[in-house]
Amino acid sequence: MRDVEQKMKERAAELLRSGEAARVVGWKKGEFYFDPSPATFETEEELGEFVYNGFCGSNLSKYLIAVSKKPGKTAIFLKPCDTYSFNELVKEHRVAREKVYVIGIECQGKLDIDKIRAKGVTGVMEAEEAGDKVEVTSLYGKTSIAREEILLEKCLCCKGKKHMVADETIILHEMPETKNNRFSGVEKLERMTPDERFAFWKAELSKCIRCNACRNVCPACSCVKCVFDNPASGIAAKANDTEFEEQMFHIIRAFHVAGRCTDCGECSRVCPQHIPLHLLNRKFIKDMDTLYGDFQAGETAEGKTPLTEYTEGDAEPGEAVKPEGQHA
Amino acid sequence: MQRIGVFICWCGSNIAATVDVEKVAEVIRSEPGVVYSANYQYMCSENGQQLIKNAIREHNLTAVVIGSCSPRMHEATFRKAAEAAGLNPYMVEIANIREHCSWIHKDREEATEKAVILVRTAIAKVNLDAPLQAGESPVVKRALVIGGGIAGIQAALDIAEAGFEVDIVEKNPTIGGRMAQLDKTFPTLDCSACILTPKMVDCAQNEKIDILSYSEVEEVKGFVGNFSVKIRKKARYVDETKCTGCKVCMEKCPSRKGLNEFNMNLNNRTAIYIPFAQAIPNVAVIDPEQCIKLKTGKCGICQKFCGVGAIDYTMKDEFIERQYGAIVVATGFRPIKLDNFNEYGYADNKDVITSLELERLMNAAGPTDGVLLRPSDGKHPKVITFIQCVGSRDTSGCGKPYCSKICCMYTAKHAMLIREKYPDTEVHVFYIDVRTPGKNYDEFYRRAVEQYGVDYIKGMVGKVYNENGTLMVQGSNLIDNTQVTIPSDLVVLATAIEPEPSVRRIATLLTASIDTNNFLTESHAKLRPVESPTAGVYLAGVCQGPKDIPETVSQASACAAKVIGLLVKDKLKTNPCIAHPDEMMCNGCSQCANVCAYGAITYVEKEFRLGGGKTEVRRVASVNPAVCQGCGACTVTCPSGAMDLSGFSSKQIMSEVEAICKM
Repeated sequence: MRDVEQKMKERAAELLRSGEAARVVGWKKGEFYFDPSPATFETEEELGEFVYNGFCGSNLSKYLIAVSKKPGKTAIFLKPCDTYSFNELVKEHRVAREKVYVIGIECQGKLDIDKIRAKGVTGVMEAEEAGDKVEVTSLYGKTSIAREEILLEKCLCCKGKKHMVADETIILHEMPETKNNRFSGVEKLERMTPDERFAFWKAELSKCIRCNACRNVCPACSCVKCVFDNPASGIAAKANDTEFEEQMFHIIRAFHVAGRCTDCGECSRVCPQHIPLHLLNRKFIKDMDTLYGDFQAGETAEGKTPLTEYTEGDAEPGEAVKPEGQHA
Repeated sequence: MQRIGVFICWCGSNIAATVDVEKVAEVIRSEPGVVYSANYQYMCSENGQQLIKNAIREHNLTAVVIGSCSPRMHEATFRKAAEAAGLNPYMVEIANIREHCSWIHKDREEATEKAVILVRTAIAKVNLDAPLQAGESPVVKRALVIGGGIAGIQAALDIAEAGFEVDIVEKNPTIGGRMAQLDKTFPTLDCSACILTPKMVDCAQNEKIDILSYSEVEEVKGFVGNFSVKIRKKARYVDETKCTGCKVCMEKCPSRKGLNEFNMNLNNRTAIYIPFAQAIPNVAVIDPEQCIKLKTGKCGICQKFCGVGAIDYTMKDEFIERQYGAIVVATGFRPIKLDNFNEYGYADNKDVITSLELERLMNAAGPTDGVLLRPSDGKHPKVITFIQCVGSRDTSGCGKPYCSKICCMYTAKHAMLIREKYPDTEVHVFYIDVRTPGKNYDEFYRRAVEQYGVDYIKGMVGKVYNENGTLMVQGSNLIDNTQVTIPSDLVVLATAIEPEPSVRRIATLLTASIDTNNFLTESHAKLRPVESPTAGVYLAGVCQGPKDIPETVSQASACAAKVIGLLVKDKLKTNPCIAHPDEMMCNGCSQCANVCAYGAITYVEKEFRLGGGKTEVRRVASVNPAVCQGCGACTVTCPSGAMDLSGFSSKQIMSEVEAICKM
């Protein structure tokens, strides 16, 4: 991955030097190897801090809403799955396509530091992909771990190695695809009785501390003014007005992003309480697929979503989705 | 805080029999904001309205809640009354305690409790009402008639007679519809073509009428007075302006295997054809499925022989866009498919036919030149058995639950005509009931029985089977309580009729509602029978419900009267209950525009101050008040809640829900 990082850095420097881009959005070094943070680079000097490694799981596209409004063109590094979110933002006119230069980059699947720690490996200094394995160098030595065991949840159901949009790409190695059934978690919930499911969500959502990280990171949550920040909406107070906290917040949020959520998995990745929020979104996606045919938000930057479009083949009102995915 | 007056209507006994109206008025009196509460026998009457007007003046009411029938019925009445007393008409809310309460409940106590809740809900809403002003929109003085059967023809002629322009859009190559296929018409037995074709010619000659044949409605935008309609003119491959209808092309065309739809597929036609002799427009059309030139590129015979050079194989579908003030839907019907009725052997026996097929077999312009010959061997049938209610009044789920209404009469007609023309023919009719109300209708049926000796058998047929070329009709005779088997040469099925299936698409385009049988729904079954619930859309003919020709013509003329009443107006009052975005919260994401059925939402770039001397240009939604119909689809789609609806704000809806949930 070091060669990829080097190539990206060089390309960023060229774009800034030539003036083709006024700034580049990428990742910079964090406090540790495993916590690089999204950053904007405006000069070649700043690029000294630039990194790209197995822990760059974050989806940078949402930063464009603010950054691309500045004068000049903004270059951005997007992994294949991030390009779906980018397309959605262009579709909803939150980002002007012509103001952005998209560099599609290679991705080997991003790593989950918590999963590495759970394997007893701490003090991670470096992690390098090597086929099915990841060679992790820590303060205490080297360990080889099976890649699939330490991938982020979202990378276990990879959307594929194709960039939906890119002005150029930097791909130096073969990209693996880990394709598990992304609805297995939803199916498990569907098999539960309503009481069991209620208990499950009660236990999960009760952990919520309303830090708003899920909302802030979500590319679909890009309202100028969020209903939860708007006292006039009458929703803010209702969000936590139930026997278990914040239930309505997460359910309303899932409704609001339904049909627009690309399943980028950032909500679950950033949740400090490890609430599997992506399950709510995936339930919507699964139901929509069943009722209206397969649909992947962000495949294109045009067109309507199943929920904002009417076709004669649409399910009739009341046509519910049964757990096995059969119509009622 | 509003000063609210509450008025509970008894609606005679309609409400008062089930709801304790006095108790409702009493309980509501103590609601916050309510300064006056009354109940009255007929609130919509002159005296009832006076009661409201007086209370508004005497108690300085700022808002009015009326517990009565559906707002569909009398909202306008009460708004007018309030306005007369100096109140803004949009400060009136209706609690529907009739359709939503008294009519659907039996228990007086329960119904009374519910009525109180419904009135409280309306109070919650009226508290947040704001005065609104209706705008005005101009009326396009042109009407569209969808469907060129007798219903569409009559409506168009009447509208044109009043001096307005009308377009008839007909999906087939000619107007005329089902009536053109009929032989004789009941109860007078005049020839269908003889009375229809003059009307078709009138349409063609009327300079106010434009016939768009072989065309379909593709897209409808706008609203009453201002519909904008995109029409697809299907490629005819024949230039309508050049073709003289000489039929040389039909004589020369080598492709002769296309099924003749006009003759119910009983014979064949050429690939280039004019559906029937009196077709309007009398212009040929090429069936691209059958045309050798269009399919293989080789042939071109019709082009070679056409004396006026009308044939154009490169013709493409054309789109035209026109504006209309009103739309008449007259899409008609078809007989149902008989796939679910194997017991009658329709699919297996050529001599089991539908009544509409019999019409063609008896028609002088039909496949047998009007001589009744059975399809299998071209022989005269000597015993003919009619089976009524095939798929009508069927509760088994195989057919239609309704009565198709026309079958009893046309079967009597068929039986009579056959006995008249071929007296040596034996005619039997199996029926469940004979339903012939109407002027001279029952007399007509009695004539069939008494004068023409048609054998009517009360009972249903269980099975039709072929035994050595004879059709055995097995049924029961309920009068004699016997099982009978009638060996027949021809069996005629009085097949149920259903709305032409394309009506579903039309209904969607027009946002007109449709019932479970695909019939278009009228605005009020008794008092607004030709109006659809969508303003400016009117219904004529079988698309609204089964009916015969006299009824269809009456309804079409009624539609025309409604259309003329609309088109004579220069301006219409617009509904002020329309959507408006809060630009400070609008994301410009286009979701509202995506769901807007009327195309009322566009976007503008606007500069906003951010504070600290900074500004930002954002894309925000803008609603065209003349186009918005206030359906509210945008308000529920908007993720940030920036879009709201005047008169039905999200806050009002939520406060209504809260008022209900409080109980």
